[in-house]
Amino acid sequence: MISCDLAVIGAGPAGLAAAIAAREAGVEDILVLERDEAAGGILNQCIHSGFGLHTFQEELTGPEYAARFRARAEELGIPIRLGVMVLGLGSDRVLTLTSRERGLEQLRAGAVILAMGCRERPRGALNIPGYRPAGIYTAGTAQRLVNMEGLLPGREIVILGSGDIGLIMARRMTLEGAHVQCVAELLPYSGGLKRNIVQCLDDYGIPLRLSHTVVNIRGRERVEGVTLAQVGPDRRPVPGTEEDIPCDTLLLSVGLLPENELSEGAGVALDPVTGGPVVGEDFSTSVPGVFACGNALHVHDLVDFVSQEAAAAGRSAARFLKGGPPAGPVIPIRCRDGVRYTVPQHLAVEAMPPEVTVRFRVSAPFREKYLACYINGTRVFHGKKRIMAPGEMEQYTLRRAALPADAREIVFCVEED
Amino acid sequence: MDYDVLVVGAGVTGCATAMELTKYTLRAGVLEAGEDVCTGTSKANSAIVHAGFDALPGSLKARFNVEGSRLMPALARRLDIPYRRNGALVLAFSPEERAGLEELLRRGRANGVEGLELLDRQALRQREPRVSPEAWGALYAPSSAIVCPFELTAAMAENAAANGARFHFGARVTAVRREGELWALETQAGCFRAPVVINAAGLGGGTLHNLVSREKVSLVPRKGEYCLLDRKVGGLVSHTIFQLPTRMGKGVLVTPTVHGNLLMGPTALDVEDPLATDTTAAGLDRVIQQARRSVPELPVNRVITSFAGLRAHPEGEESDFILGEAPGAPGFLDAIGMESPGLSAAPAVGAFLAESAAYLVRASVNRSYDGSRPAVCRPAELSPEERAELIRRRPEYGRIVCRCEQVSEGEILDAIRRCPGARSLDGVKRRTRAGMGRCQGGFCMPRVLELLSRELGLPPEEITKGGGGSRLLWGPTRKRGGEGE
Ligand SMILES: Cc1cc2nc3c(=O)[nH]c(=O)nc-3n(C[C@H](O)[C@H](O)[C@H](O)COP(=O)(O)OP(=O)(O)OC[C@H]3O[C@@H](n4cnc5c(N)ncnc54)[C@H](O)[C@@H]3O)c2cc1C
Ligand SMILES: Cc1cc2nc3c(=O)[nH]c(=O)nc-3n(C[C@H](O)[C@H](O)[C@H](O)COP(=O)(O)OP(=O)(O)OC[C@H]3O[C@@H](n4cnc5c(N)ncnc54)[C@H](O)[C@@H]3O)c2cc1C
Repeated sequence: MISCDLAVIGAGPAGLAAAIAAREAGVEDILVLERDEAAGGILNQCIHSGFGLHTFQEELTGPEYAARFRARAEELGIPIRLGVMVLGLGSDRVLTLTSRERGLEQLRAGAVILAMGCRERPRGALNIPGYRPAGIYTAGTAQRLVNMEGLLPGREIVILGSGDIGLIMARRMTLEGAHVQCVAELLPYSGGLKRNIVQCLDDYGIPLRLSHTVVNIRGRERVEGVTLAQVGPDRRPVPGTEEDIPCDTLLLSVGLLPENELSEGAGVALDPVTGGPVVGEDFSTSVPGVFACGNALHVHDLVDFVSQEAAAAGRSAARFLKGGPPAGPVIPIRCRDGVRYTVPQHLAVEAMPPEVTVRFRVSAPFREKYLACYINGTRVFHGKKRIMAPGEMEQYTLRRAALPADAREIVFCVEED
Repeated sequence: MDYDVLVVGAGVTGCATAMELTKYTLRAGVLEAGEDVCTGTSKANSAIVHAGFDALPGSLKARFNVEGSRLMPALARRLDIPYRRNGALVLAFSPEERAGLEELLRRGRANGVEGLELLDRQALRQREPRVSPEAWGALYAPSSAIVCPFELTAAMAENAAANGARFHFGARVTAVRREGELWALETQAGCFRAPVVINAAGLGGGTLHNLVSREKVSLVPRKGEYCLLDRKVGGLVSHTIFQLPTRMGKGVLVTPTVHGNLLMGPTALDVEDPLATDTTAAGLDRVIQQARRSVPELPVNRVITSFAGLRAHPEGEESDFILGEAPGAPGFLDAIGMESPGLSAAPAVGAFLAESAAYLVRASVNRSYDGSRPAVCRPAELSPEERAELIRRRPEYGRIVCRCEQVSEGEILDAIRRCPGARSLDGVKRRTRAGMGRCQGGFCMPRVLELLSRELGLPPEEITKGGGGSRLLWGPTRKRGGEGE
C-alpha cells in the first residue's frame, strides 16, 4: 500500500485547480490521478475559444486554459500521474488504482478530492426507437474524434439536443465541410448558452428546431436518415408531424451526467437532482475527508466557475488535513418553485467564510421574474431578473454578516412578483 | 474448398454443431454470411436456458430443450463462460390462471423437468419480494438458468476452430447445386463442396431449404423488442419472471442477466422483413407496460439500451423445430425454425446433428478432441494479488479502455486475436462487454477503433460497427489531410 496526504481523482480543470489551491494552502504530499494520457480533462478537446473570460479576462481555447493550470501545477511541483485509472474508493479513503506501468495498487489518502467530471447521456437513455447502425455518436465523442484524432464521423448531420456540446459541434462539423441539417431540441427552449446559439447556429444558418425530437432511426448498417417529429406540451410526439431527414450521422447532445461511480462506492450521498454529491459550503461530502468539485459535483457551463469551486474544495481539504476545528451546526439550503437544485446543499454557519456562493439552476425559462431567498421563512432577497434559463447557471452570494445567529434554513425560489 | 461437412450459419446452432462435429474424424467447415459469429438471432434474445416446461410433450422442442439445459452447466464450465442457475417463476394473476400453471406443471413433468413446484402468493413473495402484489401464485422452476449467448456462441466456435473446424466469414450461400454425391454451395467467397450440409442459417434457413427440398417451408420473422437496464438496478429481482405464455410465445419477462443488468421483453409481432431488427415506440412502450405488470417498481429511467431480435417462426400453430434431412435432399440436414428455446437446445441439437452427419460420412470418434478452450483472461475476476501479478507480466491488462465495464486493453486485444476473433466494434463488444455499459461506448469507442485498426492493419475509416457497410467514420478531417469542399 502506498500513501499520500491528498489524492485528487481527475486532472481536468477541477482536479488541477483543487490540487494547486491545496498546495498553496500548505499540503505537501499531493497526488493527482488521471486516466488519460494528458492532463486537462474535457478541455483538451474543446479547441474553440471562450474559456477563461472570468478568470483571466481574456478568451482562451480549452487547451490554452488547461495549459495555464498545468503550468502552475508544474511550477509548484505537484505530481500528476497519467494513464492511471482509479477503480475503487472506500469510505476509509483507500483507493484502488490500475495502470500499465505499475499495475494494481492500493493508495491510502488522508483526504480525497473527487474531480472525475461528467459523462454524456447515450441514445439508450432516451430509448429512441429504430435501427442501431453505425453513425450515432454523442456530441462529445464526435468532438474527440474530430479535434483529437483528426477523424470525421460523417458528412450529413442531424444533431439532437441543443446542449452546448451539440451547438459547438454543429459549428465544428460545418467548418470541417460537413453539412448540418438542423439541431432538434425536445424542449421549447435550448439548454445551451445563448452565445453558443448565436455563434454556432445563427452565424452558420443552421436551424434550431425547438419542440422537436427524433422518433425513428433508419439504416441497418450506417444511418440513412432520421424521422423528426414535433412534440406537444406533454413532450410526446404529435402524430402527423413526422418528417424524414436523410443523413448519415446523428449526434446526441442530450445531457451530461456527473461521473460518480467511485463516490457511490465510497458511500458518498448523492443529490438525485444534480447526480453529484451532496456537499456543504466547504465542498465536503457525507464521507469525512472526501470533497467534490467540478462537473462531478454538478454540470457547469463555464470552466471559470469550475476552477473557483475546485480551489475552494482544495483549501477545505487542506484545512481538513490540518485537523481544523469542528464545523459546528449545519443548516440546510433548500429550493422550491422554479429552482431545481442548489450547490452547496447545506451550510455550517459558524465555520463559513465571509462569503459563500450558492449556485443553482432554474427549472424552466423565466422572463422578468424575481429570484428570492428566504432565511427562517423571512425574505431576505428579492431581485428581478430579466431572463433566467435552465441552460445558464445562476448564483447568489450569502454573506456571513447577513446571517442571523439562529439561522435554521435557507430557501431559494422564483417568484412572480 | 472441399469438406466432409459444411455448416451454413455461425449462430449458436451452427457453432454448437461445428464444435460437436470436431469430436469426429471429419473435415468441418462453417460458412457465415456475416463478419463474425453470433450476428443473427443468437445475439438478440432473452438469454434464458429454459427449464423446458412449456414445450408440448413429445415435441422436438421439449426433447432438445431439456437435454440442452442438462448439458449446459458442464459445457459452461469447460468453455469458461458465465452461466447461472437462477430459477424461473411463471406468474398467475388470478385464480383462473391457475389452470394455466397446472398445464405447464403437467407438461414440465411429462418433459422430465425436475423440481417444478406451484407456489401460493406468500411463498412467491418470499422467494421474490419485488413481484407484483397482484400476482396470485406461480410455477417455480429451479432448473431455469441464464447464460451469455455471445460468449456461449463465441466459445463454441473457438473450441471448434481449435479442434480443426474452419470458419469462412463473408460467405453468404446464394445457390446450392447437386454435383454427383456432393452439395456445391455458391458464396461470395467462392464455391464450397461437401457430401453433407447442415442448414443452420436461422432466418435465412427457409430459403436454403426451399432450394433443395420438395417440401417447402415458410419462416415468419417474429420480432421481439427489449429494454436493458443499468447494472445499478440489476439486483431488483433474482429469478427470471415470466407471465403465462400466449399463442405468440412466452410473453414479456423480467430477468437478471449474467452480467448483472436487468432485461425486460420481448414483445411478439410478426413482420415481413427478415432484417427488421429495429425497435418501435409502440413495442418499447409495450415492453415497459407488460414488465411492470410483473414487477411494478421497475425503474424505467434506468434503461441503457433497447434492441430487437427476430424469431424464425415456422408458419402455423404449435410449430416445432425442423431438424434432420430435408425431404428429397439426401445429406442436406436442416436445423431451422429454431425459435425459443433454440438457445437452450443448441448444445443438444448440435450433438444430434453432428452424430447424424458423422454417420452419413462414416466418420469415427476423434480421440484427440480437446474439450477446453484457451483460457480467457478476465482481470476483474482475479484476486488483487493475481491481478497485480498479471499486469506486471502483461501491462496491457492494466490500462482500462472501457470505464463503465472496466475492460482493459489486454482483454480487447485478446478478443481480436482469438480465433475466430473480433473484426468490428460489435465483435469486441460482444466478447468483452466494452461499450455495453451505461455510457454505451461514448468513451471507449475511439480507443477500441484505434486498437482494431492497429491489430487488423486497416485505416480507421475502414473499421466497421458490425461488418458490411457499417463504417464508423467518413474519413480524416481537413487538418489531417482529408479532402474538403
Ligand atoms: C464540449 C464542452 C464544451 C465546453 N465549452 C465551454 C466553453 O466554451 N467555455 C467554458 O468556460 N466552459 C466550457 N465547458 C465547460 C467546462 O469545460 C467544464 O465544465 C470543465 O471542463 C469541467 O471540468 P472537470 O475537471 O470537472 O471535468 P473534466 O474536464 O471532465 O475532467 C475530469 C477528469 O477526470 C478524469 N477521470 C475521471 N474519472 C477518473 C478515474 N476514475 N480515474 C482517473 N481519472 C479519472 C478524466 O479523465 C478527466 O480528465 C465545456 C464543456 C464541454 C464538455
Ligand atoms: C426475441 C427472442 C427471444 C428468445 N429468447 C430465447 C431464450 O430466452 N432462450 C432460448 O433458448 N432461446 C431463445 N430464443 C431463440 C434463440 O435465440 C434462437 O433459437 C437461436 O438464437 C437461433 O440460433 P441460430 O444459430 O439457429 O440462428 P441465428 O443466430 O440467426 O444464426 C443464423 C446465422 O446464419 C447466417 N446466415 C443466414 N443465411 C445465410 C446464408 N444464406 N449463408 C450463410 N450464412 C447465412 C446468419 O448471418 C446468422 O449468423 C429467442 C429468440 C428471440 C428472437
